[in-house]
Amino acid sequence: MKVKSLEDLRKIKENAKDLTSARSGGETRVIVGMGTCGIAAGAREVMTAILEELEKRGLRHVAVETTGCIGMCQREPLVDIIRPGEPRITYGDVSPGDVPGIIEEHLVNGRVVEDKVVGQTD
Amino acid sequence: MSPKKPETEERTKQIVAPWKGTHGGTIPVLQEVQKEFGYLPEDALMVISREMKIPPSELFGVATFYAQFHLNPRGRHIVRVCRGTACHVRGSLAILDKIKKVLQIEENGTTEDLRYTLEPVACLGACGLAPVMMVDEETHGRLTPDKVMEILGSYE
Amino acid sequence: MAFYRAHVLVCKGTGCNASGSSSVFDALGEEIRKRGLDQEVALVETGCHGMCEMGPIVVIYPEGSLYCRVSVDDVPEIVEEHLYKGRLVHRLLYTTPDRKVKVPRYRDIPFYSKQHRIALRNCGYINPDNIEEYIARDGYAALAKALTSMKPEEVLSEVKTSGLRGRGGGGFPTGLKWEFCRKAQGDKKYVICNADEGDPGAFMDRSILEGDPHAIIEGMTLGAYAMGADEGYIYCRAEYPLAIKRLVGAITHAEEFGLIGDNVMDTDFSFHLHIKEGAGAFVCGEETALLASIEGERGMPRPRPPFPANKGLWGKPSNINNVETWANVPNIIRNGGSWYASIGTEKSKGTKVFALTGKVNNTGLVEVPMGTTIRDIVFDMGGGILKDRKFKAVQIGGPSGGCLTEEHLDLPVDYESLTAAGAIMGSGGLVVMDEDTCMVDVAKFFLEFTQRESCGKCVPCREGTKQMLLILEKITSGKGRMEDLKILEDLAIMVKEMSLCGLGQTAPNPVLTTLRYFRDEYETHIRDKKCPAKACSALISYLIDPEKCKKCGLCARNCPVKCISGDRNTPYEIDQEKCIKCGTCLEVCPFQAVFKE
Repeated sequence: MKVKSLEDLRKIKENAKDLTSARSGGETRVIVGMGTCGIAAGAREVMTAILEELEKRGLRHVAVETTGCIGMCQREPLVDIIRPGEPRITYGDVSPGDVPGIIEEHLVNGRVVEDKVVGQTD
Repeated sequence: MSPKKPETEERTKQIVAPWKGTHGGTIPVLQEVQKEFGYLPEDALMVISREMKIPPSELFGVATFYAQFHLNPRGRHIVRVCRGTACHVRGSLAILDKIKKVLQIEENGTTEDLRYTLEPVACLGACGLAPVMMVDEETHGRLTPDKVMEILGSYE
Repeated sequence: MAFYRAHVLVCKGTGCNASGSSSVFDALGEEIRKRGLDQEVALVETGCHGMCEMGPIVVIYPEGSLYCRVSVDDVPEIVEEHLYKGRLVHRLLYTTPDRKVKVPRYRDIPFYSKQHRIALRNCGYINPDNIEEYIARDGYAALAKALTSMKPEEVLSEVKTSGLRGRGGGGFPTGLKWEFCRKAQGDKKYVICNADEGDPGAFMDRSILEGDPHAIIEGMTLGAYAMGADEGYIYCRAEYPLAIKRLVGAITHAEEFGLIGDNVMDTDFSFHLHIKEGAGAFVCGEETALLASIEGERGMPRPRPPFPANKGLWGKPSNINNVETWANVPNIIRNGGSWYASIGTEKSKGTKVFALTGKVNNTGLVEVPMGTTIRDIVFDMGGGILKDRKFKAVQIGGPSGGCLTEEHLDLPVDYESLTAAGAIMGSGGLVVMDEDTCMVDVAKFFLEFTQRESCGKCVPCREGTKQMLLILEKITSGKGRMEDLKILEDLAIMVKEMSLCGLGQTAPNPVLTTLRYFRDEYETHIRDKKCPAKACSALISYLIDPEKCKKCGLCARNCPVKCISGDRNTPYEIDQEKCIKCGTCLEVCPFQAVFKE
């Protein structure tokens, strides 16, 4: 593939951005609790669902991280969403089926899905 | 055992062929010939001289100027001990001495069984891991005199 | 393309490779697959991070955690804990040498947080074998900008505005050098990259060549466009096999993408790039010697003028810049010359990469704005002296540079200040020395090097360095006379002033600076026949402390000349007459009973 114009180069860059974007420490972060309790409650499946949904929507700027047990084991799987300048929202009892809704509402439309929220920290 | 003269000449001719009549082919040709035979056999040098129309004296001048070229057979494994500044202040001389003592060879010498050739080099550019040595193309760092012998043993 | 939530970057530079990063990389791949994470975790090999001492280095994003000295045995834990469960593997995190604090994030490590990375911006961050990763980081954007919207003279003028100066040693203004070549008459011109990094103690060029080869290619292509050249050579030393491999790959990729070769980006501009392997001669770092070597001759310098800008490779106008200089160019064109000129000091603009090595806690590459003090580099980034010993000197600029002392710690590093102090910027080698380093030995060490590498063409360098070395050998073996110091100094000045090329002109610097700042050490060697740092073997003796000796006999069994006697009942003793001072006894004694005096 030959680069014949500025536009060509831009396109390659656009496509290639995903190659390195995860390394820039994205400002929007989704954090999945992956303690023993979380995994037992199905956090892996939730994680997979999140990755699939982000992929489907092309939300490549979102950093997906995992974290250990945060001590609220009865509400696992727990998923935290942090958007720049907003409080950290913790969702509890998340099932893979909840994932598309949370991502659409919270990450795309910027509205917190209140009935799943178990906590909020600044 | 050095290769037979006709074979050496034939192989050298093949290496020289693409460089005939080009600019600046001397060093790449010498590099390739050395890669082939492990050193620069006299028979090969004479072929290069004839084919590339470079006087043998000039060729000899180039071959002896650069540290990379060798006119005598060398060991199967080239042990390059870094003598750069960082390695020096972190004890590379002790490493060099240890190898000399155990292999019973001097700098730039080759063991009788042609297993190792020992070459001190100016700097291998891996100063963060000083002291360092390179065996063939593999770099080994944070050496101690004991570690060195273990590493060398792994090269047959 | 799958969405990879995590990127695991494994350094495969020469340093980390030597520490075993290849097997760590393979083990990570295996373990990630085994845990079924291969669809969501990307494994990437990168070039050098510049902190080779801590290698093999593994960095995991998005968290940006840096793990040090990772071994194959650590791999299951990293995958299980970090990648699967999201818990940091604390024991592998970087620990600051002074406060013993674990630093979870790469960018918070003092070694990195104080750096300003321009030339090294992609090193350790991208996969150097993947041109698309380079493009993702704005790679080739400068070339596209130049070819589509700038005239060659505008490219040249940006470089002039930037104030960039040659990073290989001399510090000549790059823009001016380009202008000479641009104005030179000739149907054919060459641009050349000097990648014959030969200064012992410097490895920034290797790191850039291995970690970001496209930056050099793009820089050279911009230079060729500005100067009207259509062919280029990268002269790389053969001791850097990995760098050569990466360059070969990068050139092939750039050709495939039409970013070099005929009609670059579909314009009328064409540029062909070749690699020449050096053959092991330090003097080939000198530009006229380098040209001779590319031409297939012995690499001997010739007098200038004529300068290469007018009469260079095969008699054609040529421009030669070093690796780090070229790597700065795309950044200057992309961000503008005045952006670059806003960094650094009045006369020395931009940043400089230093190779920090020797007796310092964090060895590695640091890129800092010009004008940063030596103290900041050695103590803040370098984390101070190994084992908390006392700082004695720092040697700057390799065999052409000089040794500076404690009083220079607050010297802002730029071309002018270093020259005034008797050192030079050189290629940026910075070797830290502590009280165990003998300055006379250091001077001798560098002179051995330059004397061996002198090409022999001009008499002052060939004979002068030899005579200087003989005097230093006399002094370090206890046979020196006071008047030798005067002779040494006279010779040094003569060699400096009369040699043909930079090698000879700078070779005496280590001697002159040590004579200037550490004269008392020379005098102690001569007068007292003692080496204060206990480094010069002829002036020290090995002794055994009878109190500490446990009479194990290990020293006697290992002594190569059998000069140690003793038995179960008598402490061992060294026969000073026969001792060859090899140090084996000290090395093998398990009870630290052997000592030097």
